[in-house]
Amino acid sequence: MTRTTGSKAYLKTLENEGVTHMFGITGAALIPICDDLLNSDIRYIPGVHEQGSAHMADGYARAANKPGIVQVTSGPGATNIVTPIATAQLDSAPLIAFTGQVPMSMVGTDAFQEVDIIGVTASITKWNHQVRDVSKIPWAVKAGMHVANTGRKGAVVIDLPKNVTTEEAEFDYDVKVELEGYNPIITPKTYELDTAVKILVDAKRPVIIAGGGVISSGSGKELTALAELLMAPTATTLMGKGAIPSNHPMSLGLCGMHGRHEANYMVPDADVLLVVGARFSDRTTATLSGFAPNAKIIHIEIDRSEVDKNISSLTQVVGDAKHALAGIIKRLKVEIIRKNGWHKKIAEYRKYCEPYDYGPGINSPAVMRAIREALPGDAFVTTDVGQHQMFAALHYDVQEPGTFLSSGGLGTMGFGVPSAIGAKAAAPDKKVLTICGDGGFHMTENNLTVAVDEDLPIVVVLMNNKVLGMVAQWQRLFMDGRLSTVDRNYSVDYTELSKSYGAHAVKIESMDHLNTELRRAVDADYTTVIEVPIDPNENVYPHIPPGMGLKDILTED
Amino acid sequence: MSLNVISFLVENKPGVLFNISNTIRRKNFNIHSITAIAGEEGDTSRITITSKGDPRETDKLVEQLDKMVDIISVKRLDPLRTVMRDMALVKLHTADPMAQEEALFVINKYKGLILDIKPDTVIAQVTGSATEVSDFQAEVTHIGIVEAARTGITAIEKGWITLKEK
Repeated sequence: MTRTTGSKAYLKTLENEGVTHMFGITGAALIPICDDLLNSDIRYIPGVHEQGSAHMADGYARAANKPGIVQVTSGPGATNIVTPIATAQLDSAPLIAFTGQVPMSMVGTDAFQEVDIIGVTASITKWNHQVRDVSKIPWAVKAGMHVANTGRKGAVVIDLPKNVTTEEAEFDYDVKVELEGYNPIITPKTYELDTAVKILVDAKRPVIIAGGGVISSGSGKELTALAELLMAPTATTLMGKGAIPSNHPMSLGLCGMHGRHEANYMVPDADVLLVVGARFSDRTTATLSGFAPNAKIIHIEIDRSEVDKNISSLTQVVGDAKHALAGIIKRLKVEIIRKNGWHKKIAEYRKYCEPYDYGPGINSPAVMRAIREALPGDAFVTTDVGQHQMFAALHYDVQEPGTFLSSGGLGTMGFGVPSAIGAKAAAPDKKVLTICGDGGFHMTENNLTVAVDEDLPIVVVLMNNKVLGMVAQWQRLFMDGRLSTVDRNYSVDYTELSKSYGAHAVKIESMDHLNTELRRAVDADYTTVIEVPIDPNENVYPHIPPGMGLKDILTED
Repeated sequence: MSLNVISFLVENKPGVLFNISNTIRRKNFNIHSITAIAGEEGDTSRITITSKGDPRETDKLVEQLDKMVDIISVKRLDPLRTVMRDMALVKLHTADPMAQEEALFVINKYKGLILDIKPDTVIAQVTGSATEVSDFQAEVTHIGIVEAARTGITAIEKGWITLKEK
């Protein structure tokens, strides 16, 4: 063992843990660490605002399916990442934030740039910890990585007081990380699997709902195999989009508030509902009483506290979705499954699916389909939050699980551009495109600087309807059309703004023009912003009004 | 609304109690009583919290608490299989000799101890179930309670069951 500073021990432990990228913004409390970064193999990607840097780390984590690291300074640096931390936590993404802190001797004195970030982030992290002893740095870093990336993944904050980074201690990388109170259940219990199979075998109208747990456990293949074995129509939540290929015959698409007809009609009619790695959010269930009232619900879930939280299930399989699905498939293969053509209803309902005519010319569904055509199958798409996000969820077909990244739980506007940059850092050989509205784009568009100057080229499709569209849609539908606080008819020219960041930028005039520009952008090795004018009065359908059930679908104004 | 007893074994480190109470607040529960003490070895603490609420909803709260990394073990104790004790220190106004005599009688009735006697005050220690302690306080109220301090419930399960083994 060698004696070394806390700062060097911190970076060395990260390197040993396989960390190759770090996003962040420097600051006074981080000066010792930043000095040591000069001699580190970790690629440090400097940001322009901590929020953007942390969303990048989140995008990186989701695209690489391994922890994303953001490092920010104390005080304002730390409070600026509160929103991204909550974003990652709500979507179970393994984000680890290292926050600088004033020296321990000054903690609690309201020192310059001091904020109690442990207190601030207590309810939005899976775990947070302030390192108070330099010798504990390797343990804290390893524990943070372990907690963030195992069980139900989530956000972790590790607070590093400045003196802890400058003091010296023996560096012991091999220190054991034993957290007595943290024992995530990975392998499901045999009797839980047996019970689930017994119910599935007798199912006459089985439906599967796949959530983000399928994506993060990498069990898309198993899910699809099970859907085929059961001939069970399979819907997804927003986080589960891509769990089953959109063009698969058993795929129902998105269910919930903006879900497709076939999904929202078949879920309530199911006699057995298998929910995999999903948490029955209000956006998925609509009103609880209308959600599969007669179904026997089987809940596969890694986080035991989600079981029976919003919806009571008949039986549960607590564990990793991959293990659970494999266990069920293994047992089902020796059982006889009666196939009765229930799945044929998919086609019946599908004909209801696009009753709303968005007309000729440029419209959001057409843009989503154009993006799908232009992109290779393994490309990553991130979205911002709002109408375009729901259009993407409905009309952009995902072919590979884990390639569609969106802020589902928290609904964080501004997620699109930086998360795409993070995804590009994780997958430099893949194409990365982000779909944004003008509202969300304008919140974090300054991160284009990072895309251009750090050579992380992305394609931005900016759906500009000059209005905060989702709220405007609610006002049109539920507030008698009174628009308030949603107007975005600003003087700013996003194309010219994007050019000034060094991106190639273009305003679209027709669908043909869009197709040409998309193809060029996908082939290019530089950042492109494609601004698409969208009708400000466009609504995203289907839409279930708040407080209504899954079948109460609005399909026209 | 019943009074639920939740017992914890936690890492003895700063912020754990904050995290527990923060989660209880977030889930819209209110802490009725809390007792906490660092364990013999010093690296764990035992905490007993009581809270009013629906037992089923409380179980959901316990699941949320169980998720927390610094909590080694947590459960809602079954009242039938648990021994619970509460203690009160009650200072009574006993300047009137009749009042003092009655005070001593009631303290004796509840098998309490007299910890201090001054010419016009008596401090009693009464231990028992929460109901017994409340009953004692009700019975001495008319004598005149100058001040009272209560520990709140601490609890342990009967037989071989321990908090560690769930």
